[in-house]
Amino acid sequence: MTEDSNALHFHYDVDGNNFTSAGEASVQVKRMLRQMGYHPDLIRRISVAMYEGEINMVIHAKGGDADVYVTPDCITVILKDVGPGIKDVNLAMQEGYSTAPDNIRSLGFGAGMGLPNMKRYSDELIIDSVVGVGTTITMKFKSA
Amino acid sequence: MTIREIAERIDAVVYAEPEQMDEDLSGAFASDMMSDVLAFGEGHAVLVTGLLNPQIVRTAHMLDMSCIIVVRGKVASEEIKQLAASNEIAMLETKMTMFETCGKLYEGGLRK
Ligand SMILES: Nc1ncnc2c1ncn2[C@@H]1O[C@H](COP(=O)(O)OP(=O)(O)OP(=O)(O)O)[C@@H](O)[C@H]1O
Ligand SMILES: [Mg+2]
Repeated sequence: MTEDSNALHFHYDVDGNNFTSAGEASVQVKRMLRQMGYHPDLIRRISVAMYEGEINMVIHAKGGDADVYVTPDCITVILKDVGPGIKDVNLAMQEGYSTAPDNIRSLGFGAGMGLPNMKRYSDELIIDSVVGVGTTITMKFKSA
Repeated sequence: MTIREIAERIDAVVYAEPEQMDEDLSGAFASDMMSDVLAFGEGHAVLVTGLLNPQIVRTAHMLDMSCIIVVRGKVASEEIKQLAASNEIAMLETKMTMFETCGKLYEGGLRK
């Protein structure tokens, strides 16, 4: 996918120090996909899944890079951070599991629903995480 | 229910364009946890929440929800109102609790 030189590529920096602006990359991607004329249901799935991942980068890591690749039959979202990593990915995938502190919960996040939502809304979810190194989330959405 | 009917039932302060008021909404989801909303929310529905920060607008926007009701008398900042307006999301503020608000919407015909 990423090696496909025909793919359209969009890059966004996700600021890890600013909860207020968290989600702006997903907003821009949603706008772009609308302009490109994709079906609203597909756009909703992509933007919700990316938004969950973007929020995770802000609340669990220190921000990072968001990259979106668009080819005729697939949209790929890659979220890469150099945060603490995920110790037990199977546990993290369970609905309701969260390590978020109370101050995050008072902001409306930390229900332990983000990763399960990303799984539900994407056609493929790959979590590549190493403790102390960082996390890369790859989500694929078939568009044809 | 239209946004106009909803606003009347819950005695809300409304921030919306006139043409938004007649939009017919198909359902509602109520929560202070945005990831729960992101799991269950649907397009053209209303988000009922006691939370007040820019993420309630982005959450609604991601889901194509067209209306947010902020309960328990909280007052949205100018920044949040502008964010909602720029995404064509109607903002309603009510003094009612989340329970009362949901009851009024259910009574009014919103059933899912
Ligand atoms: N990018 C990341 N870096 C480090 N840890 C992460 C990252 N993303 C998720 N996690 C870990 O996985 C857990 C589960 O993530 P998930 O998104 O499902 O829930 P949450 O973010 O805690 O709450 P919610 O998504 O409901 O707001 C997190 O609590 C955190 O421990
Ligand atoms: Mg999360």
